[in-house]
This record gives sequence, structure tokens and C-alpha cells, in this order.
Amino acid sequence: MNSSPEKSAKCDILLTVNGEPRKVLAHPVERLLDVLRNELGLTGTKEGCGEGECGSCSVLLDGMLVNSCLVPVAQASGASIVTIEGISTHYLMNPLQETFLECGGAQCGICTPGMILAAVHLLEKKPEPDLADIREGLAGNLCRCTGYMQIFEAVAKAVRRRVAK
Amino acid sequence: MQEGHIVGASVPRKEGRDKVTGAARYVDDMVLPGMLHGATVRSSVARGKFQKISFDPNVNWNEFVVVTAKDIPGKNCIALILDDQPCLAAGIVNHAEEPVLLLAHADRHKLRKAVDAVSIEYEPLPSVHSIEESERQSTIIWGNDNTFKSYLVEKGNVDDVWREAAHIVEGEYFTGAQEQLYIENNGVIAAFKPDSGITVWGSLQCPYYVHKALMALCGLPEDKVRVVQMETGGAFGGKEEYPSMIAGHAALLAIKSGKPVKIIYDRMEDMVATTKRHPSRTRHRTAVSKEGTILGGEIEFTIDGGAYATLSSVVLSRGTIHAGGPYFWPSVRIRTKAVATNTPPHGAFRGFGAPQSLFALERHMDRIAQVVGVSPIEIRRRNFLKTGQTTTTEQTIRENIDLHHLLDRALELSDYAAKKNRFAVDNKNGKRKKGIGIAAFLHGAGFTGSGERYLNSLVGVEAGADGIVRVLVSSAEFGQGTNTVLCQIAAEALGLPYQGVAIAQPDTTVVPNSGPTVASRTAMIVGKLVQSAARGIQQTLTKAALLNDAYTPEQFRAACGEYVALHGALKSYARYEAPGDVYWDDERYRGDAYAAFAWAVYVAEVTVDLTAYSVTVDDFVALQEIGKVLNPVLAEGQITGGVAQGIGFALYEKVLWQNGRMMNSQMTNYIMPTSADLPPIRVFFEELGNVHGAHGAKGIGELPMDGPAPAIVNAVEDATGVRFCSIPLLPEDLFEALRNEPVEQDVPSPLGDSA
Amino acid sequence: MRADPADYQLVSPGNLQAVLSALAGEPAQWLPIAGGTDVMVLYSAGKLSNRKLINILNIPELRQIEVFPDKIRIGAACNYTSLRMHEVISREFPLLATAASWTGGIANQNRGTLGGNIANASPAADSLPALLVYEAELTLISVRGERRVAYRNFHTGYKKTALASDELIRDISLARKFFGYISHTRKVGARNAQAISKVCLAALGQSASGKIGDLRLALGSVAPVPLRLNETEQLLAGNRIAPSLIDAARRSVMREIRPIDDIRSTARYRSAVAGNLIAEFLEKLAAEGAKA
Repeated sequence: MNSSPEKSAKCDILLTVNGEPRKVLAHPVERLLDVLRNELGLTGTKEGCGEGECGSCSVLLDGMLVNSCLVPVAQASGASIVTIEGISTHYLMNPLQETFLECGGAQCGICTPGMILAAVHLLEKKPEPDLADIREGLAGNLCRCTGYMQIFEAVAKAVRRRVAK
Repeated sequence: MQEGHIVGASVPRKEGRDKVTGAARYVDDMVLPGMLHGATVRSSVARGKFQKISFDPNVNWNEFVVVTAKDIPGKNCIALILDDQPCLAAGIVNHAEEPVLLLAHADRHKLRKAVDAVSIEYEPLPSVHSIEESERQSTIIWGNDNTFKSYLVEKGNVDDVWREAAHIVEGEYFTGAQEQLYIENNGVIAAFKPDSGITVWGSLQCPYYVHKALMALCGLPEDKVRVVQMETGGAFGGKEEYPSMIAGHAALLAIKSGKPVKIIYDRMEDMVATTKRHPSRTRHRTAVSKEGTILGGEIEFTIDGGAYATLSSVVLSRGTIHAGGPYFWPSVRIRTKAVATNTPPHGAFRGFGAPQSLFALERHMDRIAQVVGVSPIEIRRRNFLKTGQTTTTEQTIRENIDLHHLLDRALELSDYAAKKNRFAVDNKNGKRKKGIGIAAFLHGAGFTGSGERYLNSLVGVEAGADGIVRVLVSSAEFGQGTNTVLCQIAAEALGLPYQGVAIAQPDTTVVPNSGPTVASRTAMIVGKLVQSAARGIQQTLTKAALLNDAYTPEQFRAACGEYVALHGALKSYARYEAPGDVYWDDERYRGDAYAAFAWAVYVAEVTVDLTAYSVTVDDFVALQEIGKVLNPVLAEGQITGGVAQGIGFALYEKVLWQNGRMMNSQMTNYIMPTSADLPPIRVFFEELGNVHGAHGAKGIGELPMDGPAPAIVNAVEDATGVRFCSIPLLPEDLFEALRNEPVEQDVPSPLGDSA
Repeated sequence: MRADPADYQLVSPGNLQAVLSALAGEPAQWLPIAGGTDVMVLYSAGKLSNRKLINILNIPELRQIEVFPDKIRIGAACNYTSLRMHEVISREFPLLATAASWTGGIANQNRGTLGGNIANASPAADSLPALLVYEAELTLISVRGERRVAYRNFHTGYKKTALASDELIRDISLARKFFGYISHTRKVGARNAQAISKVCLAALGQSASGKIGDLRLALGSVAPVPLRLNETEQLLAGNRIAPSLIDAARRSVMREIRPIDDIRSTARYRSAVAGNLIAEFLEKLAAEGAKA
């Protein structure tokens, strides 16, 4: 490899976001969070701490829940990203979004996109989680408003609804 | 239309769909063309003088907008109460992280580097870092005596009670600073045009506080300042007064540059630089009869206000008034003060002084029980306020509150008696001790005394030609349910479906000043005004002979259409009127402090693990009387969220200070509970109504903050026998206390002694 | 966010040889980045002094878990979720599987890697005591070839390792020989999830008729490096578990460890808790051994 210039150049990065192929011009170490929000205008994903503690920036990367504030966009090259904007289909909400509304799972709403992504991910891995599974699945998403109780109810209700179907 | 059809139902959150789909717009989601980013250069010392500000010559400063105190067009202060806090320091700083200089640039990254390229030379001054140091007054850092405010409440004849007392019980209690830790950091965008003035969009609780502050700072008249509240990601008081500061900064940069400026704090900056809950020290000295009734007492309550007065006088006020709790004090002397230290000013945080003084009181009640030789339950029974008795400020309790019943019910719901017995047996063995503790308390809703009269809130309701009703208030939604509850009230008042009522985004050019969104006043006081204003719409239509007394939504819509076509805008306003029977003496701090109290008994069950010295809350019962439950799901959410913050206050959240600066300013080392840490929080309500509140509602937003900490620490003492008087109670603190007072083990370890 | 992405390079050659050549060509210039759960936190805080990052998350050789009859080999860039989900690891190396479940929340387990944590060398990392008691062996590779290093010799000081400036960790090997051991692990942190440990114990032991057989004890967060308690193990081996032995073990632990006061906790607390955790394990060993 040649000796590298001092500043890095931006480069084209191809990735799929919410089912659509996207190309962004970004520095490779730029946080996926910033690329989603600033380059792609997908502001549903939030920054709460910038250190991978609060989970507000959670997205799915190739089906895995990750904190997008800790992912350099170069490592998302070729990956499939799902953000909160991709969770609803047109005007049909995901059952979890319905139950979050019914059970009071969202208060101020800032943790909600990440929390819903975490819940979506949990139900994909464990379609019938018990309370301990739910607590564990969401332990990386901090909520300061709800005390979590109604979030657990929302997840449990979405599970019952799916099972009933 | 029957009562409780909409009010009293768990209708969905008005802005909920946007929140669960990621469509809700918070300030950082907004971008304006030509927008610059702004940042703040802050003090690195706790107290010092400065003259020289150096700018690293390697930076091209011409690219940057630079603002110092000299650039302030109006008054260099954040207008609030005493107006002693500068917007930008001029020659002297009084706390670490105090704002000195502002920068703006289109490139966020260059901006960040530029902040680091500014250096300020300080001549350090002696600084004060604790209540004790401040009281000693050997270094004066504020006013003549480091005291922002003091109160004296006197009832009865305190000096006479000591000689009759069978017991005199003393105690000293401490609470630490607590960070609000809203998940959305403080942020604002400001834009300025010479003809229209300044506009600010922000994450905030009180648009009109910011409005007032910007008028003074920018030297602009009322109609040249516009404040708009964006979706706000949590506040809890942390965005009550602080936004005036960050908005002021963005405004100054916008004025100087002629461009919109966005300032968004990252977590570290938000934690070190913005307000926290006031640390407190309370001293109790109580005269008690042989049977355990309080004859009288002295309460000394002191809070640390930080470097500037800001809201400390009001926090002190609430802490003072709540210091006696839900008990009858025949005589009492309550001496309180807020003192200055060289710390970023402490500020509003849910509860606002009451969690501090109630922590002390409820711990002290358990102490009194021990001295008298009765249970914590019995001591409270013997002292509970009854209807017709007066509080410490001589407010007569007029409603039929039955605290005995509330206590009975809480004990039953928590299975208190059976657990207490079981724990006493189980605790004889093993490394895990169980305990159960209670707290009984009250919380006054609305501004104290004549505060609501001073606020003089105004509320509007508007009906469009399409029949859609819009509530016009400056009351902000930040998760607690303002939008939903006020729309429910308006819908119910007009007999319309919930979907037929909307609420305007708080924008000072659109909505009247319904007062700040604080003090648990929104549902109760603003809600009542919304009800009146909504009825006013109906009255207007009826008077115009466009609507009968009974009507369908379709008829309403048609009437609106006609009215607007004939007369133009259909708006109705309602202004606050002080209830005729509420009297408050601001001089002697006596009388009817609050229009309504909510009452509660909380029960905490804990396990103390003697291997790790950690406390886990296993079960929590929160029972409260709140007048009327306007929306069950939202009300329950307020309680569980508040209890969770109370658990954090008691066991997890510690601010580590070094030279007046917060050291643990990241979420990795400022610890709030995760989903894996909280017990089932079981919430129950009772409803006694309230003549002063909409549909009989009382305020509930802050109530749940008062009970958890003392209930938990009472439970920890029950489990270990160790008297903890200071929170947060961390495992390290428990460990140190147990080193000195080991917990008794009745039975030898199962291994036996033989080798 | 306090860093300028323009100041950093991140290259992603995608093959092992290219990565090793880069490391060899410019020693100590290139910082390997796997899951980024340590590196990106530093970056965001404006504290990442290395300006050149080289991606190793997409190197297939580093992402395998291979099972052999006598050992298991875990690629250095395997994330914690893959460790938790691996049948052999969960069954035969429960200390490691459990530690993986403690490492941050689910999102961080999906990204954080075992090799990344080892190379980052924080004495508080949850998995490291488990690797000590399982006597892991690391394979280090460079353009010069490969070498094996016993994990117990890998940490040489606070955040210092035996890794040469041109080397990468390729894999971590664990011998499959811990059948019938009683295992015990406990992490003490500030809360139940997403906490950096204040003290962390990984312990393995054998007990027959109340007598201790092979015993391995390791603690995290009580010294500049993750610590195997060699002296305490020696004191205990072959002896009958009794209160007096447990007391002696506590005292020995207190002598062996070097805890400090820091932003998270105090030395005194850590010492006491370390002793308590050892005692807890020995009581468990005695109880389990009595059943045998």
C-alpha cells in the first residue's frame, strides 16, 4: 500500500436502506448514524449519547441490531440497513408500533425508534419471549420516561396478537 | 354525551403515531438553508478572573462568527428571577463550564476544533464547593452572605414543646445532585431577520420563559421575538429554565452572522454544563410524646443552588412547604435557605425541592418510630393529617382524605405484614437480606400561593371552518401527555370525538401564555381553562343562533363553517381566576400553599446482597389519590416513569464532583436503571376529585418522585439494621457502613467449623 | 461528536494478506478495527489518536469458530452473539458464554469481538477472566508467520500486550478438557446490564469428598491486567473446604490483587467483594462436591 495522504477522501459507499439501494459519498469512518440522518435524511434514528449506551441510534444491519453511532459507514458497505422508517409499510404499522401506541410505550418518543427496532429484533430471534427475555432484549435501550413497564406490556401484547393470529 | 366518555379513557397519544414511526420532528431533525452550527467555549476553572482570550493563529478566524459578552445587544443576563446569571461571562467566571464565548461555522467539524483552539487565561479565585463551606462564609462568592434566599415558617409555640416531650429525636439527612438525563440533549435553532426579529425553535418546556429572556438579552420588543417548541425528547425540569441560555447563545450568533444557527449539545456537554437537582441537607429535631405523636419540631433545610440564583428560591419554597409531609405538626419552625457554591447552577428537576425534604422527613419518621418503640406503620397512623387539621403552613385540609385508608390499602397491595414476618425469619440465614419500607407523602400541584395569580394564564381554543377544534396553549408536550389530555378535555367539553380536536404547536406568535409547563399544573389548571375556553366556543355559536344546546358533531361542523364565513375567526379565550377561598401570605409564608394536594403511600421491597453490597428493588407498590384519572394509560406511565427516576435517585445516580465539575459525564459512568434493573412497578389510583382542577384532576407529574427514595432506604434499613441517611446509596456506601456495623448472622455457615 | 471524519482513514482490503502487509509496511500506524465498540467510542469522544484504521471485520479467516475433538478455535473477529449461540461454547465453556451475555446490550454483542476486547486489553473486560481459567492460547499472525502465546502471558501491563506492532490476533483456542468441572462466574457492576465491571470472577474447580482438586480462579477489574490468582489457587489446592480455609483464601486474595479507586468504585470495596466472590465459589464447590 502507498503511504497515505493526511486527510481522507470521501468515497462512494453502496448500501441498501429500507429495501432501497442507496449510494452515499462519505468519509469511511463517518458514523452510520450521521450518514443516515444527514446524507439520507432519515432522521428517525436518534443520537442520545454517542457512545453505544442508550440505544437511541439502534438500526438493523443485515438483520442484526446494532448501535449505528458505533458503526463506521465503510463497514456498512454492501449491507442491508433497516431504520424505523422501514418498519412500517406505507400506512400500515408494524404490530409493535400499534401496541406501543395502545400501551403507552412511547412518551417523549426519543428512545422509541431504537426501542422498536430492538423489539422487532427480539421478536425475530425469539418469537415468544417471556418477561426475562424482553428485559434482556431491551436492556441496551435506555428510556427515561416510562420506567419500561408499558414498553414490556407493548411487546408482550404484540406477541399475544401474533400468536392469536 | 356521557361523562368520562373521552376524559377518563385511554385514548391514544395525540402525537403518538409520529413518535412510533420516526416521523416526530425534534430540533436536530430540522435543517434551515444556509444554517451554521454553533458551539460554546466554556470556563475550565470553578472561579476566576480573566482578561485575555487567545485565538490560535493556525485557525482562519475570519471564517468563524465569534461572539463575546461585548456583542450582547441588550442585557447580559438570562432573565429569570434575580437576573444575576450572565449569558456570557465578562471578566469573571463563577463555575466550571460557564459559557464565555460563542463560535459558529458551517462545518461542524471545523467548529469543534476551533473551540479547542480558543484559550482563556484565568486568575483563579478561592472557590466554594459544599453547603458547609458556603455557610461558613469565609469565602463570599455571592451577595453578602452566599445566601440566595431563605424562608422561615413558624406555627404554634415550638420553644415550649421540648419540656413536655417524652422523646427528642434528631436526624441529619442528605441528598445528592441528580442529572435529569432526558435522552434528547438540549438543542436549539435561531434565525434573525432585522425586520421580523429573532425566531427560535427548541427542545423546551416553557416557550414564554425563553421569549422573556430573549427580549431582555437581544433588546427586542415582544413582537420581535418568536419561540417555537419542537417535539421534545424528555425534559423533567431540565428544560424549564436552561433553554433560555442555549437559545440566547444561538440568538446572539444568529444576530451577528445574519444566518440561522443550530446549537445541539452532545451528551458530555449537556451533563457537565446544564442544571441538576439541588443537593440538600436536612436537619430534624422533633419533640415526640410517649405515644409517638409529634408535639413539635425544628426543621432546617438547606439546598445548594450552584453559582447563580436562577430558580433556587422557588425550589427552596417547595422544599420548605413539603418539609412537614402529610402529618400534623401542632408546632413547627422550618428554617430554610439556598446557598451558593461554584458549581453550574442547579435547577428544576421533577419534584423541585419536595423529593429532598420528603426524603429526610420519611427517613426521620422511621427513626422516630424506633425511638418511641412502635412500628413505622403505627408512627404514621398516629400523626397523619385529618380533614379539618392544618398543615405546617396552616393550610386547612378540607377534602375527605383518609390517609389511614390509603395506608391500609398500600399495605394490603404489597402484602406488607406477611412479608415483614417472613423476612424476619429468612434474614437469619444467608447472604441476602430482604426488607420492606414505606413512604407516605403529598405533593402540591400548581404554583405556590399566589403564584398562579401572578402567572395569569391565558388559554385559547379555536374552531376552523371545517369544524376542527384547535387548543391554543403554551403548555408543552414532552412525553407526559399534555397534547392528549388537553384535547380530551376540549373534546369532552364540546361533545366532539377526540379525533375532532387538535392542539397547536406551541409558537408564541400563535398561542397565548398559559404559563410554564411545570409544577404539575398542566392537567389541573391549564386543563380547567381549556374546558372553559372550549365551552366558550359553543356559547359563541349558540349565541349566534347557529347551534342548539344539544347538537351532533356534524351540526357543530356546519355551525363553525357558517360562523367563520360570516364573522371570521372563531376563537375563545379563558383567563385564570384565583379561587376565592385560597389565601396565601407571602411575607409570613403561611396559608393555603397549593390549591390541591395529591396524596400517596408507596411500598418498596428490597433485597440487600451482602456479597456485592448491592440493593435490588424486587417489588414496588405505588398507590396515590390524584383527584381524577384523566387517561389511565398516561397516568400509569407518569407514575412508573417517576418511580424509576426515584429508584435511580436512591440507588444508582451519583454525580462525582471534582473542583466543582462533574467527572462522570457520560452514560457509561452516570448510571441510570436499564430494563434489567427495575422491579414490577404496580400502580393504583384513588380519586377524590378536586374543585380546582379540570374534571376533578390534581397534578401527578411530580408526585411519584417524592416517595421511592425514602421507601427504599427505609426498606434497606429494615433489611440490614443500618441507619442510612444519605442518597444515593451505592454498594460502596453500604459496604463502608457494614464494615462498621456488621449485620448479625444468627446461624453459623452450613459448612460447620471442623477442618 | 468530537472528531472530524476527514482526519481519519479507514481502509478495508478484505483479505488477510493485505491487512498483514499494511501492518508490516507501516508498523504501529494502522489500528485494526473489528466491531468498533471500543474504537468508535474513543473516536466520538475526540480521543482516538490513531488516524489510520484498517478494517478486519470482513476477513473470513477471523470469523470462523472451528471445533476439533480436543479443542475449539474461535476467530478473533467473532462477535459475542456468535459465541453465545455456539453450541459447544455454551455447553463446554459456560464461563465464556455467560461473559459474552454480559458484554453490553444485544446491539453491542452483535458487534463487539473477542479478539477486539483482548487486544484492547482493559482489565475490566468481561471475557478475559474466563479465558484465563480456560487457559486459552492465542495465535498471533504477521507477515513473518504465526506464533502461539499462552493467554496468561499476553497482558504485560495496563493496556499493554505481547502483540507486536505488525501482528494481529487470528484466533483463540480453548482445550476441550473441562468436563466435570464446577464453574462459577459473577460480575459485579453498577447495574444489571450494560455495566463496566467493578469486580468480575471466573472460577473453575473440582471437588471430591470435600477436598479441592484442580482449581482455577481469575478476577477482572482488580489489577492492571486480568488476574489469575496463582497464589490463592496454590493455597487452596488439595485442601478440605472449611470456614478457616475460606478465611485464609480471602486474605490471600487481598494480598494478590491490586485494586484501585477510580471513577466506578473503590479499592476497599473491590477487595471485599473479591473476597466474597471467592468465598461464594468455595461454598458452592463444597456443596456441589458433597453431592458427588
